Amino acid sequence: MSLAARRPPLPAILLANDLLDGDVVFAMAGDNDGLHWTRDPVLAFVAGDDAAALRLEAFAEAELAGQRVVDAYLVDVDVTVGRPVPRHFRERFKTLGPSNRPDLGKQAGEGIASPRSA
Amino acid sequence: MYRYDEFDARFVRDRVAQFRDQVSRRLDGSLTEDEFKPLRLKNGVYLQLHAYMLRIAIPYGTLSSRQMRQLAYIGERYDRGYGHFTTRQNLQFNWPKLRDVPAILDLLADVEMHCIQTSGNCIRNVTADHFAGVAQDEIEDPRPVCELIRQWSTAHPEFSYLPRKFKIAVTGAQDDRAVIKAHDIGIRILRHPATGETGYEISVGGGLGRTPMIGKVVRDFLPKADLLAYLEAVMRVYNLEGRRDNKYKARVKILVHEIGTEEFTRRVDAEFARLDGPAINADPEEVARIAAYFAPPPYEALPAESAALAAATARDPNFARWVETNTTPHRAPGYVAVTVSLKPIGLAPGDATSQQMRLVADLAERYSFDELRVTHAQNLVLPHVRQDELFAIWQALGPAGLATANLGLITDIIACPGLDYCALATARSIPIAQAIQQRFADQQRQAAIGELNIKISGCINACGHHHVGHIGILGLEKRGIESYQITLGGDATENAAIGEILGPGLAAEAVPDAIEAIVGVYERERRDGERFIETVRRIGLAPFKSAFRELFDAAA
Repeated sequence: MSLAARRPPLPAILLANDLLDGDVVFAMAGDNDGLHWTRDPVLAFVAGDDAAALRLEAFAEAELAGQRVVDAYLVDVDVTVGRPVPRHFRERFKTLGPSNRPDLGKQAGEGIASPRSA
Repeated sequence: MYRYDEFDARFVRDRVAQFRDQVSRRLDGSLTEDEFKPLRLKNGVYLQLHAYMLRIAIPYGTLSSRQMRQLAYIGERYDRGYGHFTTRQNLQFNWPKLRDVPAILDLLADVEMHCIQTSGNCIRNVTADHFAGVAQDEIEDPRPVCELIRQWSTAHPEFSYLPRKFKIAVTGAQDDRAVIKAHDIGIRILRHPATGETGYEISVGGGLGRTPMIGKVVRDFLPKADLLAYLEAVMRVYNLEGRRDNKYKARVKILVHEIGTEEFTRRVDAEFARLDGPAINADPEEVARIAAYFAPPPYEALPAESAALAAATARDPNFARWVETNTTPHRAPGYVAVTVSLKPIGLAPGDATSQQMRLVADLAERYSFDELRVTHAQNLVLPHVRQDELFAIWQALGPAGLATANLGLITDIIACPGLDYCALATARSIPIAQAIQQRFADQQRQAAIGELNIKISGCINACGHHHVGHIGILGLEKRGIESYQITLGGDATENAAIGEILGPGLAAEAVPDAIEAIVGVYERERRDGERFIETVRRIGLAPFKSAFRELFDAAA
């Protein structure tokens, strides 16, 4: 099934797991209008329209084919608090870490500053 | 304890080298994820919510101190300093990096451990009674037969691509502590009523998941010599006739259910008759060789009761409560089996830090003939402890958070990792367990309630065994929020039963109140000495449903 076939409502972000360490990564906009991965959910690029969603989907396809990430998919978000927060609880946990271990995961700042494949 | 021979060691090392090459090819892009996924799963590597997960087999739940120390080291060196003991007597690390997995597998091979068949549609880690070899109600130690099955099934070419995963459990005792009736095959060692000869009662078609079923007895008494040929016959019928069109209907329990126990048994017997039994069954010398590894340790001749223990329990009521709750009678006079609870109030059931693993390994080395057990209820066991030494062990466990006196009580909760880790989960399990533990934290109240097993699963796959919990809790998603369905009357013992649903799903915050309401009915209705499950069986579900309904309506 293509990514577009399971596109969630917009706005949405693209997340995936890094191939090397499994850490959750997010597509972010970089220089020259390109996309790359960040480990910090706050920096995730938010697609608010079809064109932006298509851009994320194309990036996901290329990155999956390039064996840089696994399990890439779009997630619908709210941006009412100034940063993208997934609407579904599953994806919220994925952007934070285990809810029973606030000392682990992105909620503890783990890996956020690391480059994609540290 | 079984030790690898030269063949075993080379096999495991070759497998590590093979996987190292596969990982290398994945990382350089030679293998796609679709190509790599079945290879990593064959080596116990999953991709979970936040990271990769590595599942390590602990065959029949038996570990040496050296092995436990190696797990502790791996946790520190390659993970986040802890591991999670599961309901299948496995250990899962939740944060390994893919590139480090070959190094971890090498470390495991150093101590005769591996991750082979901890995933995939094959015969999984064979589990057993965690009091094997020490229980007073045991007819025979089940671990030699577990080891025999492990050797027969590991990389068995005919059974490496079954319709679905396949789980076997063995008990040698009258009380079933291995949940054999919830396994694809459950094996119970028993004595023939007429001859006194030991043999096997074979059950097939148990299992939990979305279609929970209790295993059906297909052979009342199988002579020991015929075991592997009979298992081969069961596996052949399943492999040939088990459904492959729908993974939810691909388990042997569905086949047994659809064609009936009688017809399934007939087909197995026909296949068994066709097989060349002597070519399949184990050589008696090999059986004896394996059994020798499980010979009892050199126990000292001790009085049945320890004066030192009696004095210590009289002196310290907290110690006395722990002894009463967490020790189990032993077949050797003067010894007990000690269960080390991995269920301290408010922490994740089954989690142990590397420091805790190392401490328990040290205690096993010093006080338990260097041997440990992992239980399906996610606790650890020191199986051979002198009663005289209990106070020293308790003192050592306390500062490490391992002296919780709650074995079998309401806070000794089985919980799968749930949505805090698992990619398959639909809701969280651990926070529900923590909330219930905190609600019932008072030790006197726990003791007053008595034996009560709560089991929690974060999805329909039922890794937390919720169907066979006295109280079962199933986490699901309902319109974008976590919702918890409660079942009552399940039983994981020799009286195995599937629990019945009490009513509509509840919000997470309402679950402790629901448990409180259920316990309240029990406390009101129980007769002297009656356990929770006995009261449920006697009065039926109606009073509990009524209390549950009141709670639900009040919350609505």
